[in-house]
Amino acid sequence: MTSSRSSLWLRMLWVAPWMVGLALFYAVPLAMSLFFSLTDATMIEPPRFIGLDNYAALARDRVFWRCVANTAIYAAVAIPLAMILSLWLAALLSTRHALAKPVLLLVFAPTVVPLVAASMIWLWIFNSDHGLLNMLFTAAGATGPNWLTTHGWAMSALIIMSLWSVGQSVVIYLAALRDVPRPLIESASLEGLGRFRRFVHVVLPTIAPAILFNAIIQTITAWQVFAAPYIMTGGGPDRSTYFYSHYVYDQAFVFQHMGYAATLGWVQCLLLAVCIGAVYLCWRRLGDLR
Amino acid sequence: MKAAHPTSSRRRRVWPWVNGACLSLVGLVFALPLAWMLVTSFQSETDALSPGLDLPIDRPAAIISQAHQNYRTVLTDESVNFPLLFRNTIIVVSLGVTGTVVSSTIVAYGLARVRLPARRAMLAMTVVAMLIPFPLLMVPQFILYAKLGWIGTFLPLFAPFWFGNAFSIFLMYLFFRSLPAELEEAAQLDGCSAWTCFTRVALPLSKPAIAVIALLHFTFMWNDFLAPLVFLVDRDMFTVALGLHFYQSRAGQTPWTLLMAASVLTMLPVLMIFVLALRTFLVSTSAFRHASPETRSTSPGRASTSHRTAGRGAH
Repeated sequence: MTSSRSSLWLRMLWVAPWMVGLALFYAVPLAMSLFFSLTDATMIEPPRFIGLDNYAALARDRVFWRCVANTAIYAAVAIPLAMILSLWLAALLSTRHALAKPVLLLVFAPTVVPLVAASMIWLWIFNSDHGLLNMLFTAAGATGPNWLTTHGWAMSALIIMSLWSVGQSVVIYLAALRDVPRPLIESASLEGLGRFRRFVHVVLPTIAPAILFNAIIQTITAWQVFAAPYIMTGGGPDRSTYFYSHYVYDQAFVFQHMGYAATLGWVQCLLLAVCIGAVYLCWRRLGDLR
Repeated sequence: MKAAHPTSSRRRRVWPWVNGACLSLVGLVFALPLAWMLVTSFQSETDALSPGLDLPIDRPAAIISQAHQNYRTVLTDESVNFPLLFRNTIIVVSLGVTGTVVSSTIVAYGLARVRLPARRAMLAMTVVAMLIPFPLLMVPQFILYAKLGWIGTFLPLFAPFWFGNAFSIFLMYLFFRSLPAELEEAAQLDGCSAWTCFTRVALPLSKPAIAVIALLHFTFMWNDFLAPLVFLVDRDMFTVALGLHFYQSRAGQTPWTLLMAASVLTMLPVLMIFVLALRTFLVSTSAFRHASPETRSTSPGRASTSHRTAGRGAH
């Protein structure tokens, strides 16, 4: 630890920018947001204190419940799929095959593609008349659905698209898999454990921290999904892909209900915290099962 | 796996083929969307809409002239001035990345190496700042920036980063903690102040870590959509990500060929940097885990070796 000679004030200069930043861009906005959520503030009119009315209004807001349900469904399907897919890809890519490195690049590349550009690509692929996917369907003798304009299919399309960018979790799993001690695997195979049981009983427990890390990151991402549905479906058809963050954006900047949007923001924070807690508990249970 | 079963030697010959087939399939599926975008951006409108891969591969000159025409149409489009948007994005991103790198490095060194009161509380606040959803912050931040007169300027997009960025600070903090303290202690005995220890000893050692936070922040800012959508008003000040959305959603149909060409242009800078700094990118994702104090305390030395292997494997 450095110099007890220099005065406390001088030493605090090191972290001063961040303390000012935290106060200015986090603490002040959060305090403002808490205040707004108790008012009927709009963009133009001065806020009027209305107590907990905004929070009470949530219970009656059917669009709010719709968005919560949509986001929850998306998270409940996309996260497990992404977890399984990325773990499988990492296991596959950790083999010493000549193709492993080039394929890793192809798997990771989509994660640096801007979401807006990715949305354009997938809009084109999911295009019902001329898109790549339905072209393949036709070639196979089937008729593809109208992906982005049909109830149910639109949500599936967004989930498929989200699986394209699992690269980050794959790389994290890959690093974790490299840490699994080789002697442990060898002794397990000497005891006659097959590939699958070796993976479940030896490899999975060792990479458990990486599983938790990925699950939490993906939960956070799922609750903030915005760009892809906003651009590709606009929340439709019939609000079936209307996600939580999209609703907050609309309430704040389209309907200009700043007070209500602030309320929605706090509830989002709360729901996210609950989901992270649930993920942690699931992870603990998974550890008990083995 | 040493011949525990009579079948295992045959199995050993089969597995590489199975893995190879799976890997090829995975590579194909992940590359297809990007390849399809590229192909469409080279096609004429009628070819793009007809089923099948309509690319005159036997006549490369025809492909090149069509590609040239598509990309030129995008770049000279009057409703979306892409060259201007590129200029805007470069200004915003370079100012934001510079700010993040400079202040996050200083703050992280302070947290890691300078004796400060409430250090743990400051670290906890940094982690909490990382976890707060942006939709919660964007509403009050918009009002705050409006009061400050920042709406209508680039300031909301880059100025906050001059005060540090939670994720970068946390990564740099983990990195500085992983450096051996003896180096700086020796420098101190030679009469170095904390600041000289930082600039002369720690900084030269942290070039790879700085590259990681700079790259991650660059991709984050280049790709960001929601913050520019909320804070930018004037169409002449849009970033490319926002401009691409506007190009697609404006009145009148934008042909798919031009939309794909515009998408290629939007992602070109990030993809180029990705290819050039491949190693840094792949290590960066695992750096977070490897540098965690938890890993280091359970098995000393393991973190550094695995970091090396991860880097080698990624190259």
